Amino acid sequence: MAQHSENSEKIPAQTKEIWRTFWILLGITALEFLIAFTIDADNYKWTKVGIFIILTIVKAYFIVAIFMHLGSEVKALIWTVVLPCIFVVWLVVALIVEGGYIGLERLFFN
Amino acid sequence: MASANTSTTAEHLFWKGGVQPMKVGYGKLMMWIFLLSDTFTFSALLISYGLVRYSFPTFEGLRKNFEFSTTWWPIPERVFEAVPFLHGISAPLVFVGIMTFILIMSSVTMVLAVEAGHRRDKADVEKYMLWTILGGFAFLSSQAWEWGHFIHGTEEGLTLANGTKVFGANLVQNQYGPPAFADFFFFITGFHGTHVLSGVVLNVLIFYNTANGVYEKRGHYDMVEKVGLYWHFVDLVWVFVFTFFYLV
Repeated sequence: MAQHSENSEKIPAQTKEIWRTFWILLGITALEFLIAFTIDADNYKWTKVGIFIILTIVKAYFIVAIFMHLGSEVKALIWTVVLPCIFVVWLVVALIVEGGYIGLERLFFN
Repeated sequence: MASANTSTTAEHLFWKGGVQPMKVGYGKLMMWIFLLSDTFTFSALLISYGLVRYSFPTFEGLRKNFEFSTTWWPIPERVFEAVPFLHGISAPLVFVGIMTFILIMSSVTMVLAVEAGHRRDKADVEKYMLWTILGGFAFLSSQAWEWGHFIHGTEEGLTLANGTKVFGANLVQNQYGPPAFADFFFFITGFHGTHVLSGVVLNVLIFYNTANGVYEKRGHYDMVEKVGLYWHFVDLVWVFVFTFFYLV
């Protein structure tokens, strides 16, 4: 039975989009390396950090939307997954600011 | 009470989700919910890294004069600059770049296996699952080497203010910077590595079931897709770890 269906209906593979996404991801990673070694970190530290964060989010978008297929799911599922991540953004802002204060405290009490 | 509710609530306000309210199977939906919770765990780890990092001073001088000290946070590309078989050569971030490539590549073979599953092509699913498993093992071995190097440290080590020397890193002392840096390195990459390991175990199970014709008999390869979601998530986490631990 299994053998039969294997021989009779061999559908051609549709891998064009997968490989396109692979090249995008590889290209972005290569770009990150290029930036890591060419932009002067002494003067442009935060520009560099900003570019890295943007490129990371672009990479994350391609992995989630194409590889994990979320882009083709229904809207309800997309928002179920994406909306709660707002809490993560809040946590980033809250705790990085807090870290600076902890550093100040250390300076005062040392 | 229930009957009173039904009589006063207009018909169009009921949800009537049906069998698949989000147009995916139960298992796939639950995998997404699980991955969301895992996102929070990894975010918590990376954000606490950020908090502790910015509570420590940064190195004041120019980058080319950077020296390791337990007072300030190290520059990651100075810490991770070793590559296997190239002893003594400084190649910042090269090895971690290779690891990133391995993981992206295994993510591609995984998505190819999922695509083959849609076509119900048993031989193709087997082939790509094997490549994915191989990629997982390659990544884990690379990480083992990286940990080994980090734990043993360099030949020069670090001389502390009281004259004692520190070689390598463990949970209480660290030649590259404050002990917290090593703690976070072990915890974050370790937690990610554990995820990769369980992903490899799941992939082996899927390969075993595929080879035995379990999914062929079942009529669909949905399990490949669910485990695929997990495997891509592991890759996704690495993208963030790579940026926030190694690049920034």
